[in-house]
Amino acid sequence: MSLFNIFSIAGSALNAESLRLNTTASNMANANSAASSSGATYRAREPVFEALLADPFAANGEAEVGVKVAGIVESQAPLRHEYQPGSPLADADGYVYLPNVNVVEEMANMISASRSYQTNVEVMETSKRMLQQTLALGQ
Amino acid sequence: MSTNIDVLGIHTQALALRARRAEILATNLANADTPGYQARDLDFAAVLAGQGNEGALRTTDLRHLGGADPDFDFALRYREPLQASLDHNTVDVQAERAAFVDNAMRYQASLTFLNGRIRGLISALRGD
Repeated sequence: MSLFNIFSIAGSALNAESLRLNTTASNMANANSAASSSGATYRAREPVFEALLADPFAANGEAEVGVKVAGIVESQAPLRHEYQPGSPLADADGYVYLPNVNVVEEMANMISASRSYQTNVEVMETSKRMLQQTLALGQ
Repeated sequence: MSTNIDVLGIHTQALALRARRAEILATNLANADTPGYQARDLDFAAVLAGQGNEGALRTTDLRHLGGADPDFDFALRYREPLQASLDHNTVDVQAERAAFVDNAMRYQASLTFLNGRIRGLISALRGD
């Protein structure tokens, strides 16, 4: 019965969105983690989503599987470079390297992820009700 | 006496179709943030029309073969985006949610009709 598939579809979306929330949290937490070289500096991470589509030749109702996280990429934006000669992490010229996390962007991402999460929870809730009513058919 | 399939009418097919549509709309909602995903939907009227007439094989005798399970996917269409987005994703979350709720309500309507039919049958069988 295809109504049961909705739980795995919405569940995959919940997984993906919670991973997105996780990367956002990690980006925000590390927004000011200074380092003394550009190689050791934290870079903003974000997940790349990929749709898992139905195989047109598959048996009916078996192939809808939702969304998956194809990978996590690091942002290529330039790192921040600040003059802090007093910092223990400063390099020979007195500069420290700061992550390329854009806090405003991360906040917007967080809100978007949490809204999408809510939507999918509601989809599950509605499907659950539909299934329960179907199970009670004829009683 | 009529064949037992006709008693419940078109609602059995409608239920299966509504369930399939719910699944497709759930996939759209799950992929609301996937770059390049194209939202899809079922052409409900076309599928149901096909179901009633030429879609399924008719069986008028117990020895007839019923054919394979109906596959609704032939009527899958891509949605026309209301607002183009930069990442080519055509899911409009509001529209999909509205369609999902609408679909759930119509599913419930079919269930109510079926329940009425079944209750009618039961009271006819009991004869009280």
